[in-house]
Amino acid sequence: MRPARVGQLLAAAATAMLVAAVLAGCGRRDAPGALAVSAAASLRDPLTRYGYAFAGGPVRFSFAGSDQLAQQVRQGAKPDVFASANTSLPGRLYAEGLVERPTVFAGNRLVLAVPARSEVRSLADAARPGVKVAIGSASVPVGSYTREVLARLPQPGAERVMANVRSEEPDVKGIVGKLTQGAVDAGFVYVTDVTATKGTLRALELRRALQPSVSYAAAVVRGTKHLARARKFVAGLVAGEGQRELRAAGFEPPPR
Amino acid sequence: MTGPRVFSVLLGLALAGAVVFLTLPIVAIFIDTSPGRLVESLGDPTAREALRLSLETTALALAIIVLAGTPAAYLMATRDFRGRAVVQTLVELPLVLPPAAAGIGLLAALGPRGILGGTLERAGVELVLQTAGVVVALVLVAAPFYLRQAEAAFSAVPTSAIAASRTLGAGEASTLLRVVVPTARPGLIAGAALAWGRALGEFGATLMFAGSFRGVTQTVPLAIYERFSVDFPAALALSAVLVCVSFALLLAVKLLTGRGGAVAAR
Repeated sequence: MRPARVGQLLAAAATAMLVAAVLAGCGRRDAPGALAVSAAASLRDPLTRYGYAFAGGPVRFSFAGSDQLAQQVRQGAKPDVFASANTSLPGRLYAEGLVERPTVFAGNRLVLAVPARSEVRSLADAARPGVKVAIGSASVPVGSYTREVLARLPQPGAERVMANVRSEEPDVKGIVGKLTQGAVDAGFVYVTDVTATKGTLRALELRRALQPSVSYAAAVVRGTKHLARARKFVAGLVAGEGQRELRAAGFEPPPR
Repeated sequence: MTGPRVFSVLLGLALAGAVVFLTLPIVAIFIDTSPGRLVESLGDPTAREALRLSLETTALALAIIVLAGTPAAYLMATRDFRGRAVVQTLVELPLVLPPAAAGIGLLAALGPRGILGGTLERAGVELVLQTAGVVVALVLVAAPFYLRQAEAAFSAVPTSAIAASRTLGAGEASTLLRVVVPTARPGLIAGAALAWGRALGEFGATLMFAGSFRGVTQTVPLAIYERFSVDFPAALALSAVLVCVSFALLLAVKLLTGRGGAVAAR
């Protein structure tokens, strides 16, 4: 390499570092203040809005499958608040001493989602051969609720639906994506995910006898540096701005 | 200390920092995984299926890349045609394409609602959520690695050798096969190894375009992701297996080509 090239490279590297430093500096201004919230993918829209309105300062979110987020807490990547699409994951973290006692803050309904103009009109249709179905993987809450539903279906219905499964997605938004792209004909998601597509998808309600009890629980992560604000955030999910946003997005009050 | 000495020390420090930082995660995977656990993880049918699928799909993708990419790279390296620079840039574009964007792009192009979706459907070709879709995603993200290296390797073949071959009466095709490709071989192999490595690690585009289903589209990286939340040690063991496979691949290439293939390509 000619010296001139080396000089140029060094200059480029120095510029890059400078830019990175400046950006990091900008981020730092609110980073110590920002409350880190790890939340189930299905909570994305209402919690993002709640985050903007939250009186306790800036909030930054990480949305993913609740099981992935719980594992991150276990591996030491700790947010200040963990909000899960079930009660068992935060319950287990509580038992392990990693989070404070979880609070149930919302409910939801599992539905069979289909594209707006679909020929799939019932759960029985989803069991027909050739119909493509997407579900959550067994470890993510939406996937375990789905398996609860299928376990309550009389055979061979459940077996036929499972035989139609083409993808086991890591979180509920993955299922929604496969549906809106026409990659699958039907998928088990929460009713709020269907509402959020504003008409692109349609929700086929499940019979009451099949419906699992979907409840969301949040917990303050132990060792947080923002204890007061983390608790305030969780309290607002139960009653307050967070609860209002959840209800506006179609979530149900916490099941008793 | 004199100026050049200081400079050398700085270079040394930079290299040491790079080596430590780049190998740390790999070292950690093996520190946390006992060899017994590694072997045990292969006893799990899901892991074996994922490994088989990964090897099959990456091998197929690599075959497609080499078969189509070699003549394409040769053309770019040896012919001066209008818009060559544009073409060179376009084929390298996927190098900087985020995998998630690649996945979305594939859906928008070849998905059921994509611009070519109808055509594919009429032709009876199904890619989305199929093993074939995995191969398509792998070709997209890995091909540029091969094309780039192959083009550089072809460019480095001395024109005198080509001219001599042509003077001796060999046609262009036979010159390509008998003179150019053998001369450029180290670079071609290095490119193929890079492409294979990239394909083995592909995650985002595969998940978006092909989904995740055991034995059909769940390659090793997808299986690692699925296990992460359920069984961390198992995810770690499977990661170790993937690292071993990739490392063996890289090592084999280094041995085959004598020394650093990437260097030979320049």
